[in-house]
Amino acid sequence: MNNIIILPIIIPFIVGALLIIFAKHHKLQRVISGLTSIILLLFAIYLAVLVYMDGIIVLEAGDWPAPFGIVLVADMFATLMLLLTAILAIACLFFAFKTITPKRERFYFYPFYFFLLVGVNGAFLTGDIFNLFVFFEVLLLASYGLIVHGGTKYQLRESFKYVIINVFTSALFVVAVAWLYSVTGTLNMAHLSERVAELEQTGVVNTIAMMLFIVFATKGALFPLYFWLPKSYFGPPAAIAALFGGLLTKVGIYAIIRVFTLIFYHDAGYTHKTIITIAAGFTMLLGVLGAVSQFDFKRILSYHIISQVGYMVMGLGIFTPLAVAGAIYYIAHHMIVKTALFLFEGATKRVTGVSDLKQMGGLLKTHPWLAWLFFITAISLAGIPPFSGFFSKFPIILAGFQEGQYVIAGVALLVGLLTLFSMMKIFSYVFWGKQKHTEEQANIKIGKLLAPIAPLVALTIILGLAAEPMFQYSLEVAEQIMDPQIYVDSVLKE
Amino acid sequence: MRKSPANNMMLQTAMRYITIIVFAFSFYLFFAGHNSPGGGFIGGLMTASAFLILYLAFDKKIMKKVIPFDFTVLIGIGLLFGVGTGIASMLFDYPFLTQFFDYFPIPFFGDVELTTALSFDLGVYLVVVGAAMSIILVIAGDDE
Repeated sequence: MNNIIILPIIIPFIVGALLIIFAKHHKLQRVISGLTSIILLLFAIYLAVLVYMDGIIVLEAGDWPAPFGIVLVADMFATLMLLLTAILAIACLFFAFKTITPKRERFYFYPFYFFLLVGVNGAFLTGDIFNLFVFFEVLLLASYGLIVHGGTKYQLRESFKYVIINVFTSALFVVAVAWLYSVTGTLNMAHLSERVAELEQTGVVNTIAMMLFIVFATKGALFPLYFWLPKSYFGPPAAIAALFGGLLTKVGIYAIIRVFTLIFYHDAGYTHKTIITIAAGFTMLLGVLGAVSQFDFKRILSYHIISQVGYMVMGLGIFTPLAVAGAIYYIAHHMIVKTALFLFEGATKRVTGVSDLKQMGGLLKTHPWLAWLFFITAISLAGIPPFSGFFSKFPIILAGFQEGQYVIAGVALLVGLLTLFSMMKIFSYVFWGKQKHTEEQANIKIGKLLAPIAPLVALTIILGLAAEPMFQYSLEVAEQIMDPQIYVDSVLKE
Repeated sequence: MRKSPANNMMLQTAMRYITIIVFAFSFYLFFAGHNSPGGGFIGGLMTASAFLILYLAFDKKIMKKVIPFDFTVLIGIGLLFGVGTGIASMLFDYPFLTQFFDYFPIPFFGDVELTTALSFDLGVYLVVVGAAMSIILVIAGDDE
């Protein structure tokens, strides 16, 4: 039996339930959640290797055969995402140990954290589009809890908008799924892929595809539906903001890539090369312009999530194996780097107590490790070789030129430049210049805060220096998802 | 919850008996479930309403002595029951959440259908009782 692939969902589920029971025992909670995140990471590595060696693993939940029951499908793309999730989860959790106050811990921080992972892992693994909706709801409910966690006035105001926009999109999601069901008569993604191929993707099928795109674009913060993101990610403490920034929008992007490579890939000229590419271009450009105009550490980072998400979708829009591989590599790079940057923001705030750039300065002298680790991550985000940012942007832009999509490739290059500009703005304001924090603050030791971030920085260096084998891997992932027949065959076993 | 007026004899006396009826009905609904209307969710809501009328008739302080545990714990236990049902089938090498049922002759009741779905339902029941009660009690305790 293939029960093994359900474990990334039920391990955090069991732990989340246990942590509700032991909500009042700080020590125990930390021990349990720390151990679990390590187990999840080891397991995700094992699963990625297993799927890489043996091919796609399918589990028919409840022993119901494929098109009727719900299936869970672990292909290379899903296992890669599981692995990245586990890495982020472990880094943010250990950062949270050092920064989340006991008062917040008591209010079910850790249960929410693990239920969020249940939803995210489930969304990556599921092979059924309605089940995808269910797991989206699981992760959203947990994220509502986390984003308002602590209940400051700002958080309450902004999370209200976050909740409203997500409830609305979820409703739209159900409408789209119902519509899809009425047209095709199935919800199993593999089966959908077959049926849509028979129907030939025209008219109403295209409309449904676009509706699903709108839903996932809102969750993934694409143009013009990204307006909720910068403000709502500003509220929660760094550990939560880092997890959200690294993880949540990428679930939306994952869903877009999954749906538009597996099901709606027949009319690529319209869906991919027109709609998705245009959305990607505007997302990149407006996201980075938003970042350039900001003078707040956390807000700049939040706007950069938007512009970076554009690159991933641009890779999908160009729709060649090289571009999709680039998009996948970009997701890996972005999740690691963005989480690291948000955590650096948390560490900086621990020292200075503010996140406004103009009130900071001279941290380079008092906290050199923080400064240089941040510097590496920042230029990696901007795409300077030899770090991972360069090797993830390069194939996407290269593929853009190969396909004759000069405009979007040009936009991507410009956005890279502006990203560099706004990263350097942070660096020069926060780390250079006159020291603006007190001597007392200068003596704050943050080594313990940097410890969970350092592995992420190491990963971006490794992803850059060992780009050859890593890119080979993402190319294989791309080839697997670009050939939907592999997925369909392994689910329906025909 | 507001302090109940001291002189509430009628309510308190009546509630003692009404609660028993509501509890009995909630258990009936719970066991009726699965193949006919009823089940963990509606049974749980009914049980929560039985607790609630007790809270209405008596004081929150008195109820705290009668029910000394925290309702949120029930959510955790319920979730563990639910996922445990799924895992149980994994232990026998069936896919996650495979369900089994059979008919057993039990004296007095005759042939009774026993299903593994019942323990899943019990999980749902506990989660619903826990969640409904914690929501109501938190909102009721807002003015403290």
